[in-house]
Amino acid sequence: MKIYLEKTYIIFDRELKGYFRTPLASIFLLVFLALSSGMTFFLGRFFDRDQADLTAFFAWHPWLFLILMPAIGMRLWAEERRSGTIELLITLPVTNMQLVIGKFLASWIFTLIALILTMPIWVTVNYLGDPDNNVILISYIGSWLMAGAFLALTSCLSALTKNQVIAFIISSISGFVLIMAGFNLVLSSVRSWTPTWVTETVGSMSFLSHFSRIQMGVFDLRTLIFFISMIILCIWINVQLVQIKKAD
Amino acid sequence: MSSKLIDAKNLKKSFGEFIAVDDIDLSVLRGEVVGFLGPNGAGKSTTMKMLTGFLEPDSGDIMINNVDLKSNPLQAKEFIGYLPEGAPSYSDMNVLEFLSFVGKMRGLNKKILTTRLDEMAIQISLKEVWNKPIETLSKGFKRRVGIAQALIHDPDILILDEPTDGLDPNQKHEMRNLIKTISKNKAIVISTHILEEVEAVCSRAMIIADGKLLANETPANLEKQFANKDIISIKVFNKINAVLAKNLKSSIHYGDVKIEKLDKDTNRILVSDDKRTPELNAVLKQVNKFKLNIIEASFVKSNLEEIFRKITTTNASS
Repeated sequence: MKIYLEKTYIIFDRELKGYFRTPLASIFLLVFLALSSGMTFFLGRFFDRDQADLTAFFAWHPWLFLILMPAIGMRLWAEERRSGTIELLITLPVTNMQLVIGKFLASWIFTLIALILTMPIWVTVNYLGDPDNNVILISYIGSWLMAGAFLALTSCLSALTKNQVIAFIISSISGFVLIMAGFNLVLSSVRSWTPTWVTETVGSMSFLSHFSRIQMGVFDLRTLIFFISMIILCIWINVQLVQIKKAD
Repeated sequence: MSSKLIDAKNLKKSFGEFIAVDDIDLSVLRGEVVGFLGPNGAGKSTTMKMLTGFLEPDSGDIMINNVDLKSNPLQAKEFIGYLPEGAPSYSDMNVLEFLSFVGKMRGLNKKILTTRLDEMAIQISLKEVWNKPIETLSKGFKRRVGIAQALIHDPDILILDEPTDGLDPNQKHEMRNLIKTISKNKAIVISTHILEEVEAVCSRAMIIADGKLLANETPANLEKQFANKDIISIKVFNKINAVLAKNLKSSIHYGDVKIEKLDKDTNRILVSDDKRTPELNAVLKQVNKFKLNIIEASFVKSNLEEIFRKITTTNASS
């Protein structure tokens, strides 16, 4: 078990440092901070709301992640396949599961760093007023969980192709479908021709409805289970896809 | 316990309709260097990918140091160092970082890793690029980095897919010397389409084409075996006219007799036979009957290159 975790950690470590070896990390962090605060202050009308909370900040996260998580995760497997290094990885004495988990965790921790860097906004809102810090903390955790689900999905889809751009596009589209799954527009089109349980299943897959519950400070088990099981499912599919597509 | 470090039987692999490897057996002992020869697309790389556990064979068994690769892949993979085709590496890492990464993944502890890294820097001559990003290195250095990562854990088995591809003649020479030096207590499989490489470093040559194993011999044996079936060449200091040529052909009882004019006064008689090896004595006896001035008589010794062409093209046409 110790060796199992050790190897996973080595993969994780290489991948995480990999983000910082290229300008990718700094560009990403800059864009993330600029967009998240820009959306909060301009689109979210942070000041006009005249309320000391971060609703305007978190509300944009699903849409921000829709673009930014595929940008972080697109290279995870597509690049290994393009450069042929996948052959090195798979012939090392590790399991595909260790590889997939190590890589996924690296991207997830990188996102955590990005989220931590937004904390000045939390400090600001505390300076300006008296927000419910529990709600904010829960929202941060929820946001990170949702980012994890987006990343696991992207990682999984990036194993399908050698082309990072294609990985980015299919991940964004899939993410969009998952966000929209809770909207009436989607649900009503499904409702007319499927049994109720299908409609409910599709509705319950929505990232947006889960995340908006969290944003209100309601952190129920269902939401936690939803995002965690979404991550686990994607990791499992990812392992299968690596196995199937590695030699193509 | 067998002393075979690699023992593969009845390997088969197809991709859709295309049969890449068709029933190949392969075993390699400690101390052997096996050269995998074949035209492009013959199935060399696919076979190597199966031996290293990258691809699963459709059928057949692979034992690595008496460990079954299929049922115990993690343990089996520990014995193998592998240089994939094209020597892929993480171009954003520097040489030290990359080799450390592979070493750690191979389970080397800090102390051994440090020692091995130092050894690699000297043995593979990587010192001067040690802290440079791999993407900035020349093709030769990239290939060396690939060799170093395959050797970092001092494996019993080395599988090198075209280790000298893209190197200049000096680098090729160095690489061959390196392979020879380390081959004493390892089992090594290299693939190549350069025949002189096989003659230079390999103790055994396996020729494959269209996924089938066509020959499995020492380079010397290959030459002997195929050279005997080759052509007898007799150089004579005589003019040979049409009548004499006709008489010569009818008296030499072998399938194919050709007369080649070399210059004004010298000709060459070439004798070969598809079904049996022509005997030099018998041919000379016949030629002597015509009172010709024989300057030279010999087998045209075919080199590995000709043998290779012969084996692979005969098979393809049959």
